[in-house]
Amino acid sequence: MNKLRMIENMTKERALEVRRNKDGANFVEIPEFGPGDTINVAYRVVEGEKERIQNYKGIVIARRGAGLHQSFLVRKVSNGIGVERVFPLFSPMIQGIVVIRSGKVRRAKLYYLRGMSERKIRAKLS
Amino acid sequence: MKGAILGKKLGMISYFAEDGAQVPCSVIEAGPCPVVQVKTVETDGYSAVKVGYREVKEQRVNKPEMGLFIKAGVKPVGNITEFREYNGDLQVGDVLTLGQFAKGDKLRITGTSKGKGFQGVVRRHHFSGVGMATHGQSDRQRHPGSIGSSSYPSRVFKGMKMAGRMGGTKITVRNLTVVDIIEDQNIILIKGSVPGAVNSVLKIIKL
Repeated sequence: MNKLRMIENMTKERALEVRRNKDGANFVEIPEFGPGDTINVAYRVVEGEKERIQNYKGIVIARRGAGLHQSFLVRKVSNGIGVERVFPLFSPMIQGIVVIRSGKVRRAKLYYLRGMSERKIRAKLS
Repeated sequence: MKGAILGKKLGMISYFAEDGAQVPCSVIEAGPCPVVQVKTVETDGYSAVKVGYREVKEQRVNKPEMGLFIKAGVKPVGNITEFREYNGDLQVGDVLTLGQFAKGDKLRITGTSKGKGFQGVVRRHHFSGVGMATHGQSDRQRHPGSIGSSSYPSRVFKGMKMAGRMGGTKITVRNLTVVDIIEDQNIILIKGSVPGAVNSVLKIIKL
């Protein structure tokens, strides 16, 4: 089992290396964040030959998985429609994550925020 | 056959491809496998290489096998396996490593599947069960149903699918792709799952 962990760490390093090579001086470490935090995810989008960065801002409502397989779920309301997106934490497609506001919550999974009004959510998170 | 090796399944991990795709990967520790005998059509009637994997203590090996190792001049190894029709210039004492494989190669992997114990027909043969939960039925939901006719033929046909031991058999998976090779660690990453439990020995053959 230990050897497997070792290989996992090696592949994790490799995924980081891909990001380092892509970003060069713009490389940023992924910060610590948890459910309730409002974050901005800069995600690479490939359009044909070109690659550009798309920002996705929302509230982290869940983190799941372990090791290299970890992912997180970000919810935002866009034009009155709720949007939820899952990002793999160690994906080389993530350019950077910025924690905009950290929220104070008691639960690990904030699925109860679905269907709540923004004012209520704001009250819940502070 | 252009490449073959023996390995041990370590487990599975996620792997990120260059384009960001997350690939489920099996991690296999494979080789080095010393060649203990080369069989040829002239001497044995068929061509094959006999290889072993993982050194074992001398006292674990029986006398006939020990004779083979002494003749070959290699340290005693376990999991002796023959690879048929291996076309490559191999001599006794050569060592098979992961160097034979490259990223993107297609493989055929053989192993022993996990034993599932005594299983009913629903799990073992994907029967759909017989009855309903209601209408007075209480115990027919996972049953096989009829296993044949009555007075003729007055017997149950051979090979009738019934409950029994499941798993623990030899399974071959074809068309598996090599995702990455870490040669200094003797590690090969393969897209998808491979048969067997962690630590079980696998036969890896290049298609």
